[in-house]
Amino acid sequence: MAQKVLVPCSSSSSCGNVQFSPSRVHTQAIAFGGGLSQSSSRKNKSLALKAVAAKGETSAPVTAKSGHEILLFDALREGLEEEMARDPTVCVMGEDVGHYGGSYKVTKGLAEKFGDLRVLDTPICENSFTGMGIGAAMTGLRTVVEGMNMGFLLLAYNQISNNAGMLHYTSGGQFKIPVVIRGPGGVGKQLGAEHSQRLESYFQSVPGLQMVACSTPYNAKGLMKAAIRSDNPVILYEHVLLYNLKERIPDEEYVLCLEEAELVRPGKDITILTYSRMRHFVLQAAKTLVERGYDPEIIDIRSLKPFDLFTIGNSIKKTHKVLIVEECMRTGGIGASLRAAIVDNFWDFLDGRPECLSSQDVPTPYAATLEDATVVQPAQIIVKVEQMLQGLI
Amino acid sequence: MTRSTVGSLARRLFASQPRQAAAAQAPDAINVEIPVPFQLHLLQEGPARESVTSREELVKMYRDMFRIRRMEITADKLFKSQLVRGFCHLYDGQEAVTIGMEAALTYEDTVITAYRDHATFLGRGGTVHECFAELMGRSTGCARGKGGSMHLYKPSNNFYGGWGIVGTTGPLGAGLAFANKYEKKNNVAMAIYGDGAGNQGQLFEAKNMAGLWDLPLIFLVENNHYGMGTAEWRASKKTTFYDRVSYIPGIKVDGMDAFAVKEATRFAKEHCLSGKGPIVLEADTYRYHGHSMSDPGSTYRTRNEIQGVRQERDPIERIKKLMIKENVMREEEFKAVDKEIKQEVDDAAAKAKDDPNPGEEELFMNIYKNDSGLKTYGCDRNMVRVQLP
Repeated sequence: MAQKVLVPCSSSSSCGNVQFSPSRVHTQAIAFGGGLSQSSSRKNKSLALKAVAAKGETSAPVTAKSGHEILLFDALREGLEEEMARDPTVCVMGEDVGHYGGSYKVTKGLAEKFGDLRVLDTPICENSFTGMGIGAAMTGLRTVVEGMNMGFLLLAYNQISNNAGMLHYTSGGQFKIPVVIRGPGGVGKQLGAEHSQRLESYFQSVPGLQMVACSTPYNAKGLMKAAIRSDNPVILYEHVLLYNLKERIPDEEYVLCLEEAELVRPGKDITILTYSRMRHFVLQAAKTLVERGYDPEIIDIRSLKPFDLFTIGNSIKKTHKVLIVEECMRTGGIGASLRAAIVDNFWDFLDGRPECLSSQDVPTPYAATLEDATVVQPAQIIVKVEQMLQGLI
Repeated sequence: MTRSTVGSLARRLFASQPRQAAAAQAPDAINVEIPVPFQLHLLQEGPARESVTSREELVKMYRDMFRIRRMEITADKLFKSQLVRGFCHLYDGQEAVTIGMEAALTYEDTVITAYRDHATFLGRGGTVHECFAELMGRSTGCARGKGGSMHLYKPSNNFYGGWGIVGTTGPLGAGLAFANKYEKKNNVAMAIYGDGAGNQGQLFEAKNMAGLWDLPLIFLVENNHYGMGTAEWRASKKTTFYDRVSYIPGIKVDGMDAFAVKEATRFAKEHCLSGKGPIVLEADTYRYHGHSMSDPGSTYRTRNEIQGVRQERDPIERIKKLMIKENVMREEEFKAVDKEIKQEVDDAAAKAKDDPNPGEEELFMNIYKNDSGLKTYGCDRNMVRVQLP
């Protein structure tokens, strides 16, 4: 049975002032984890069958009749549009966001609705328009800077690191920078090395930034809204290949917590931590694993900086085994930091070393077979989990 | 005399009056000629060659400039006695640029500058004590001791710092001007950078954007002719900065003449606010100290040159001579004022020396706004969220 728990969302700015039922989002995470203090294997077994994720079955708390079906890019657009209508200081800037409607249609129709100044088409100068967005945010505007591809934002690294990340600190708290920097990243379908970059590993050590990665239409809209409402600089990582994912999301307004991880599938055998596109690969692998009798607990960490070690830790205390599946490079990636955090904090609860499946440390090749070999594939996840659960590693 | 009364006095003196006629009308107005002509780029006419001022304004300008000079010299001493560490970029010699600029702006206009910001901070209403405390890393500093010499800020007077990376003020300044335009404020943004930064790509990008959207942005180049140790002719193919871009007008101004800077800034502000878009001002100025305290300043230029500028173009001596000629103050009065300001600055330094260092809890404060419940020890969250029965 679900325990009565108090789950105040720690992020006051992103969750505090919105009409949504806390019970739905938060206690969902806790109720299933009812086996926190005692084993409820019987309950978990019955849940396990139902909780195999089929395509389209995700964590959005809606019934079949309520809500509306939407594609991920449209969910982002909905979130952005709602925030722009709600708060006149929200504005978007980036290449081709206005008249063209956005290269991935995330800003489609917004320029017609809100005007050219609020949805600003910039020239191709990432360093400067990111800087401009940050400068405007310093005065109180809530700017959303779009990088057409995350990789282009490397040109704006100085602005993001020195100017956005550090200003609140170096000014002794006198300035805030409520900027959202977003764009598609990740390995696509043969886009080539320069257009398949994963920037989460480059920005993760910049103090003062928050990083979140969306993976479903439900969390995309919720995280977009939360990021805009946050007073801190937030980088929202989207994935090129997830824009056409379809899901039914609630009609009523909702905002998700920026720092919270999402329990996708409860389980008891092993904790699999993942984010962005790899969530879907993990779910695909989970189907096979469940058929073979394993019971993985899958958590979409969503918050890449800071990690939600609360949710992660509770899971590890239950399963004692951890596998991280990420699309970052192995060297200096999110998995590397997460492993260190897990070892530091939950060493006593681990039965074996925390494992990590990440992309190879190579520039993404163009050829399809090589590109597939660069990123983690579901088959590799299955092999790894079986090895871990059979005690082979 | 406060800024607002000087402003209202100035407004009464020469609001909506043709510049030449203003002098004849107000009895206590003082006319100052601007000897060095303005060089113009893409402009038919430039700022007035004559500035109308008043006794009060002259006294204020002298006091402010002398205060800056004393503050920088004291900062030099403090650095040498190791109370100020790291980087310390001094502004003495360039006082006329800040004071002249502030004479034409209000605190509603936004200013952003690079690392040579002690004087700009003072010009924007900061106090000497706050500046020294920040230089010495005390908790009473304007950024709680966490910024340092290059990160002085005063949001209440729209001073946005204080930035260490050269050229970054271009895009950020464009953002400030964009915000002014977005919120329909009748104010300009002033983005200040130096000759060394003048070749940064991001400045050209910022100029393009400012020109494209007619942002009310004034680019002010404080050209002291040396980018650290490299003379401008060794770093730039084109050694002028006011005419770098073919679609933004520019004015080159004698940066050692506070009134020239004042008239040029006033002209630039009118230009921007009448919707004509951005404008570039290049102030030809000079710094007596080296680039920073670790640079003696004499390996790439001769002592004769420095002495020559000091003797012939010093901004404080210039305004002093003007005030004596116009019978605003006598020599003995200057001595008294100098003594008073020197004491004020020394007192501020002594007070800052005794101020406490920031406590350990400050280390993790202000990483995030409201610290959103986040503790930033690495990537942990370290906070109990759920009460289990």
